[in-house]
Amino acid sequence: MIDIIFSATVQISKFLLFSSMILVCIRIARGPHAADRVVALDMLCLLGVGVTALAAIANGSMAFIDVALGIALIGFLATVAFAAFIERGTTSNGED
Amino acid sequence: MLAWLSALFMLLGSIVTFIAALGVLRLPDFFMRMHAATKAGVVGPSLLLIGAGFHEPSWGTWIKILLTVLFLLTTTPIAAHLLGKAGFLGGVSLWKRTVRNDLDDVLPTRVFLETDASVSGRNTEADMMTGSSETPHKR
Repeated sequence: MIDIIFSATVQISKFLLFSSMILVCIRIARGPHAADRVVALDMLCLLGVGVTALAAIANGSMAFIDVALGIALIGFLATVAFAAFIERGTTSNGED
Repeated sequence: MLAWLSALFMLLGSIVTFIAALGVLRLPDFFMRMHAATKAGVVGPSLLLIGAGFHEPSWGTWIKILLTVLFLLTTTPIAAHLLGKAGFLGGVSLWKRTVRNDLDDVLPTRVFLETDASVSGRNTEADMMTGSSETPHKR
């Protein structure tokens, strides 16, 4: 009983997570400003953390939790770097 | 019992994550999208990680999971704050039915120079380099 429900839950979670990856990738392709794309990229990193946790559940090996920690770290650094890049790449309205 | 808890947390986490992704795609404004991606985007992976902890509970797993959740809860607001400031300075357009904008006379709105090669040709990057080196930013 619990085995069937558990595997069905894993399948439903896989479907939801990968369809949300597709939605976020549509936003990356469509975003009108560069900041929209960076927000979607941050969301994609968080989705990577979720997918890694789901892989840890589905495979039963808890070594994936370390991978989730690494993905969270890299996503934070990437978002901060992109934010600094956007803020540096702006010019004032009067100057240019 | 632990398997039921794990399945429950896994389902809750994936549903919250899907709602967050739907918000990132569908909401009309940059700041609303950032709101969806930040709040629900932290809660969903945290619930999935807690579900993974209930699947094979041990001290090492729980410590790593709590560290990861704490890290997510700490860093995502910082990243969202920096990104919101950069987006506002970069001149993202607000929703057309926005009622009030308190930052309008506090922060100057600038224009983000996108290096779009198909529009401006090849000298865009050179113009941007010289422009940024000659005129320092007004802060």
